[in-house]
Amino acid sequence: MIGFAARRILQALIVMLVVALLAFTMFRFVGDPINQMVGIETSIEEREALRERLGLNDPVAVQFFRFITNAAQFDFGTSYQFRQPVSELFAKRIPATLELSFTSALFALIVGIPMGIYAGLNRESPISKLFLSVSLIGISLPTFFIGILLIFLFSVTLQWLPSFGRGETVQIGSWWTTGFLTISGLKALILPSITLGLYQMTLIMRLIRAEMLEVIRTDYIKFARARGLPDRLVNFRHALKNTLVPVITITGLQLGAIIAFATITETVFQWPGMGLMFLQAVQNVDIPIMSAYLMLTAFLFVTINFIVDILYFFIDPRLRVGRP
Amino acid sequence: MPFTTNEEDQSTVQNAAAPVQEQGRIARFLDSDLFHSFLKSKITVVAASGTFILFLLAFLAPWIAPHNPFDLASISIMDARVPPVWMEYADPRFLLGTDDQGRDMLSAIFYGMRISLIVGFCSVIAAAVIGISLGLVAGYMGGRVDAIIMRIADVQLTFPAILIALLIDGVAHGIFGSIDREVFAFYILIASLALSFWVQYARTVRGSAMVEKNKEYVQAARVIGIPSVIIMVRHILPNVTGPVLVIATINLALAVVTEATLSFLGVGMPPTQPSLGTLIAIGNDFLYSGEWWIAIFPGLALALLVLNVNLLGDWLRDALNPKLR
Repeated sequence: MIGFAARRILQALIVMLVVALLAFTMFRFVGDPINQMVGIETSIEEREALRERLGLNDPVAVQFFRFITNAAQFDFGTSYQFRQPVSELFAKRIPATLELSFTSALFALIVGIPMGIYAGLNRESPISKLFLSVSLIGISLPTFFIGILLIFLFSVTLQWLPSFGRGETVQIGSWWTTGFLTISGLKALILPSITLGLYQMTLIMRLIRAEMLEVIRTDYIKFARARGLPDRLVNFRHALKNTLVPVITITGLQLGAIIAFATITETVFQWPGMGLMFLQAVQNVDIPIMSAYLMLTAFLFVTINFIVDILYFFIDPRLRVGRP
Repeated sequence: MPFTTNEEDQSTVQNAAAPVQEQGRIARFLDSDLFHSFLKSKITVVAASGTFILFLLAFLAPWIAPHNPFDLASISIMDARVPPVWMEYADPRFLLGTDDQGRDMLSAIFYGMRISLIVGFCSVIAAAVIGISLGLVAGYMGGRVDAIIMRIADVQLTFPAILIALLIDGVAHGIFGSIDREVFAFYILIASLALSFWVQYARTVRGSAMVEKNKEYVQAARVIGIPSVIIMVRHILPNVTGPVLVIATINLALAVVTEATLSFLGVGMPPTQPSLGTLIAIGNDFLYSGEWWIAIFPGLALALLVLNVNLLGDWLRDALNPKLR
């Protein structure tokens, strides 16, 4: 167990190092950082002085080492657009993205799992077929178009829900702002969360359905039924439990995807999160924000993958036997 | 039975050289398992016809579209934001209405679909070429080359494709600057899509190559001194066309969606050469003022296209999977 975890941590560190190298290359060699920071009227001498002060004349290896040390302390430089430290900009926007991602993951699980169980147990029922067709459409509709359709229906036509922003937020602690505590904040969450979570919901539903179909065919389920155990016990205690392993993996991996796809949803709904900031950075070639976002998401993904791997270990006893 | 697809591919390649053989091949194809499973699934037949019609509309756009949305002389700002024909104040010339510059929506959708599909096809081909070559090399050579290529693939797989495409796009615009954006947008888009989708091909091909390279026919080829490159391309590659074809079909849908997303986010095709995503992005600005058709129709066209291609891909995956038969 410990050896397994150690190996995973080592792999994660290597991934982070590679990503850091990429981020550094972007940061250092795409465009001239000095040109981005100074105005047109700055003289060549002043530019050189700035270059020297920022350490851009040092050997590349030294610069890379400095980049990593700074990044480990959450110092990602100064944004070209906003002239503010990147870490401060991110700190302000992380709560919005995390709240949105959390709500949509919750939505995907709460709606997706029961639909999947139902469709798996009642394979031939018309409702299951309806679920399946809807899920196929859900997979084929691009995220941003789902958002547009929802806005058109619920904001423009029916005028029930707001189409942009987070609504009123409440500040908790020094930097966390939450939309969970006000009515307008909760209302503002509904459409973006559905938009973001719909794809994951269909995915979870299809996955659970497929797993259920496979599991209920196995001998031990047949045996449980033969023993006369009530259907509910067989379906939920015996069958569902065994479908959860792949679901946890996929949900974990999809958590990363949710954070990435939040970029799109945040743009559609003008949601003031990291994704929207990243997109604006891409449009304006604001490299410090881009490289910081790259490192941050990589860190999130690597952490999530690690947690999923470890969870696997606890859930599936078969894995524990095979490994020393 | 992956051989059926090989024969189908070869028949199109060889039909100039061997017209006599061709008929036999078509007849054999019509009698193959693949074709029978195609006819058996009604949804697939519908999806195939739908895909075919949409492709036809897209690629014949210059000849069948009622207007040319790029011909500045023929569009008039006076026709701007005309609703579809079944609504009030409509103009019978414009079946699905017009956008903010007076371009006919129906024609713009045909042309937009054309651009979306061209980008989609080019990026799928580019991704396949990169992925297949790296996968073949990794699987056949093994050792350190294999380790390096597959580690890169692993790292890339931790990131969703759309993020990678966005990053590459941003970096490319940083390097080229915004001056040549209109010219480069197309190529940058294809490059970023190709670089974000190659991994799947590489992993699949590598797996098959590792299996094939230990078989006797490959060893025999090696013994008689055939160079590695030729063994890889002539002997191993034909054995992996089945899975590659499945990935390519599903990735075409994915590439079209990703392209649309990037264009919608403003980093894809410019408004002067609008793809479906660009059209939706333009229309999004008019959603609140009630001109819904500018965004919704291109979106529906996109969804229809992706749905049909996805259905085809699903069927192909099941039909070529020997386990399911």
